Amino acid sequence: MADPPHDVSAWETVIGLEIHAQLATRSKIFSGSATAFGAPPNAQANLVDLGYPGVLPVLNGEAVRMAVMFGLAIGARIAPRSVFARKNYFYPDLPKGYQISQYELPIVAGGQVDIVLDDGSARRVAVTRAHLEEDAGKSLHEGLPGLSGIDLNRAGTPLIEIVSEPDMRSAKEAIAYMKKVHTLVRYLRICDGNMQEGSFRCDANVSVRRRGAEKFGTRAEIKNINSFRFVEKAINYEVARQIELLESGGKVVQETRLYDPDKGETRSMRSKEEANDYRYFPDPDLLPVELDETYIQSVRAQLPELPDQKAQRFVAQYELSGYDAQVLTASSELADYYETVVRTAGGSPKLAANWVGGDLAAFINRDGLEISASRVGAAALAGLLRRISDNTISGKIAKDVFEAMWDGQQEADAIIEARGLRQITDDGPIEAAIAAVMAANPVQLADYRAGKDKLFGFFVGQVMKATQGKANPARLNELLRQKLSG
Amino acid sequence: MHSETVAELIAGLKERKYSATELAREMLGRIQRAQPELNAFITIEAESALAAAAEADRRLAAGGAPPLTGVPIAHKDIFCAAGSRTTCGSKMLANFVSPYDATVVARLRAAGAVVLGKTNMDEFAMGSSNETSHFGAVRNPWDPSRVPGGSSGGSAAAVAARLVPAATATDTGGSIRQPAALCGVTGIKPTYGRVSRYGMIAFASSLDQAGVIARSAQDAALMLGAMAGFDERDSTSVDAPVPDYVGGLDRPLRGLRIGLLKEFFDKGLDPAIEACLRTALEALRAQGAELRDVSLPNLPLSVPTYYVVAPAECSSNLARFDGVRFGHRCEEPRDLKDLYERSRGEGFGAEVKRRIMTGTYVLSAGYYDAYYLKAQRVRQLIASDFARAFAQVDVLIGPTTPTVAFELGAKTADPITMYLNDIYTIGANLAGLPAVSIPCGFVQGLPVGLQIVGAHFAEERILNVAHRYQRETDWHARAPEAYR
Repeated sequence: MADPPHDVSAWETVIGLEIHAQLATRSKIFSGSATAFGAPPNAQANLVDLGYPGVLPVLNGEAVRMAVMFGLAIGARIAPRSVFARKNYFYPDLPKGYQISQYELPIVAGGQVDIVLDDGSARRVAVTRAHLEEDAGKSLHEGLPGLSGIDLNRAGTPLIEIVSEPDMRSAKEAIAYMKKVHTLVRYLRICDGNMQEGSFRCDANVSVRRRGAEKFGTRAEIKNINSFRFVEKAINYEVARQIELLESGGKVVQETRLYDPDKGETRSMRSKEEANDYRYFPDPDLLPVELDETYIQSVRAQLPELPDQKAQRFVAQYELSGYDAQVLTASSELADYYETVVRTAGGSPKLAANWVGGDLAAFINRDGLEISASRVGAAALAGLLRRISDNTISGKIAKDVFEAMWDGQQEADAIIEARGLRQITDDGPIEAAIAAVMAANPVQLADYRAGKDKLFGFFVGQVMKATQGKANPARLNELLRQKLSG
Repeated sequence: MHSETVAELIAGLKERKYSATELAREMLGRIQRAQPELNAFITIEAESALAAAAEADRRLAAGGAPPLTGVPIAHKDIFCAAGSRTTCGSKMLANFVSPYDATVVARLRAAGAVVLGKTNMDEFAMGSSNETSHFGAVRNPWDPSRVPGGSSGGSAAAVAARLVPAATATDTGGSIRQPAALCGVTGIKPTYGRVSRYGMIAFASSLDQAGVIARSAQDAALMLGAMAGFDERDSTSVDAPVPDYVGGLDRPLRGLRIGLLKEFFDKGLDPAIEACLRTALEALRAQGAELRDVSLPNLPLSVPTYYVVAPAECSSNLARFDGVRFGHRCEEPRDLKDLYERSRGEGFGAEVKRRIMTGTYVLSAGYYDAYYLKAQRVRQLIASDFARAFAQVDVLIGPTTPTVAFELGAKTADPITMYLNDIYTIGANLAGLPAVSIPCGFVQGLPVGLQIVGAHFAEERILNVAHRYQRETDWHARAPEAYR
């Protein structure tokens, strides 16, 4: 299905996402077990997590606080009274035979998330609701031939499920929304956002309709996608599948599908008819969660500066473009890094933005690091930028210095001195180099003088080469223009 | 010693009339001898009981021992006790040894009580005759051809037969009060939330409440004082101080407003039972109480309401018994579905399956509103009826059961007839109210129970009324001939 022979522009894609974010509480939502990732199987499962006869759930107040924080951050209504319900189904990784979730009365209702696409256009995605629930355990098959193992370490880990309206119209928008929510939960420090460990994952509801049609098409739900890249691939695959199906006279059936990242396709898991009847009803073991205005205000007071607020401030305070501000506020750690650089370097905030959002980000991504693990710290980068600002080195040389810093962890000044990279700003050596280049390239000189202005760049390059890139670019341009014009 | 009450045993132990070990041996002997006829126990725990008794004797000798030190009791086999087999009367849990203590078990141990064993019960507390137990029916000490009532039939029979002076019990629709009535003993179901449910195997979470069966209101007060109180492990337990139940027992009844429920004295009540009740009410009036007629128009809807709400909750609560982590597992399962179906099919008895199916049905898509939601609304109406009644009266008094103990097998063929046994008791569960059943006479040689229902957290008051009645009468002190 790489190349569908259909008129894709005749169709409109409609996407809604259900994001599951694990809340970063120390203990589980209804028991005192630890939630740390990576413990040996069942080392973090107590009698409550195992669903032993007679045990009862007790709500972790920290999970409530985190859910409220999320609701406030997206401008949602915090329910003064929300209710936990049981979602009943049998599965070995679900010890009680039901999952405690919220159904009719979720803790967070409404709200919105603003996204900016790569082309700079903005969209607003409405959030229907966000509710608290417990995660299930995991089935293990590796190393257990003919058997299934159950690891209940994850059972009872608190989740917030964030349900969007079907407001997204492309995989790109879906990713932008998911990334924004990811940014938000990490700003709020309510989720570690680790997608490999399953701390942040989503289900996508995807349908297509003829452009201009009012009614939504029949949707398929793609389950448990745990990377941004897979979200894009899964949605694009599913959209192409549905369009092809409809154009060949078929019908989309409402069903749950699973994305297979190895094959790059979605496949049917169960149809609507096979869907479980979850028999939701209010959990009689838990009291309704009642939150008064005083409590909600106390949580509001804990809200940090949010990504949108920070981006606006960066535009105003550092005179950055909206795009730069967006890039630099993608995580609070990156934003903090940037602000440290600006404060320490003291030069142009735009220069710092280019470096933090450009070269630094490229190296970080190349090595798959978090900004907190950057091999060049904010103070060291500021040291480098100071040498650009005071004309000790050119921007071009600075890139080499940066690479050396990244590899060797030395300070910029030490590298500049050791390698003799200090910029040549005296006219004498630059003029000598120009004279030599002109002498060595008589044909080009003649052509230039005959009106081939484009050759100016050639001469700049040659002189730079002759000075090992150390010539001050501004001075070089000025002197070269004089000499060439004769 | 076996005929002494808890209050008398506390004094006897303190005065060294006998040791806790002698007492435990005596009662264990009685339990062993009664077991072939009554089958009141599922597990007799002689070894751990004697060790606990020896420890009690050391503490009694050392002085400063807690109030119930050395008093022998039994737990309904619905309460988890660390290291103790806890079956809930089911094949499903016939092999289940609990790794932890229920809060009730831990509190009574801390109070010094010596546990002699676990009493028989209807499977998962579902039944009104103790005939659904996987471990066989319990028989009524007053007439072994008759049922003791249920689901706490083992506890009621054990107390009536003087095998233990008191036993824990639970009540979801009458499971403490109905067997207490049929066995001629005193049983109190406290306010919902008064006693922790942690470690008590759930039947219907919004209705289940732990309580006690004893031979007098005074003993019930002593036991309840040790069991009650907030537990951070049960979110539905109430954080309110526990009053001194014993201290309030003697309060005079002058001015007490007793409501007589029109709906309780309706057709269906055995006239001989009604006669006993009327005599008892006169005795209370003689102590200065006033009698008033009260009506709870929605009360007749209790039984159908209960049989929607309780099965709905049970269908979900019993889902954890799936053969995966504990309890019965079928032999050689072919696959997961087979494991579930056969483990549950083999592990649960007919009444439990009936309720799981009913509960699954009433929660299903398309039926939820018509059954579960409607039942919850009716439940609210019934609770409001009670609230209005308690604006006019202090307690409500009526029968506990429509008849005295019936023959084994008499009602097993027709579940509905069996369900109607709970007609007078279910209302208190639906409204979460405290209620006590006390003996008030005999019909054809079988005990009759009188039920006193109080407002929320009025345990002190209903025990007070029960105690004042028991001061003037001796019905509660009578023992079946074979077990005197």
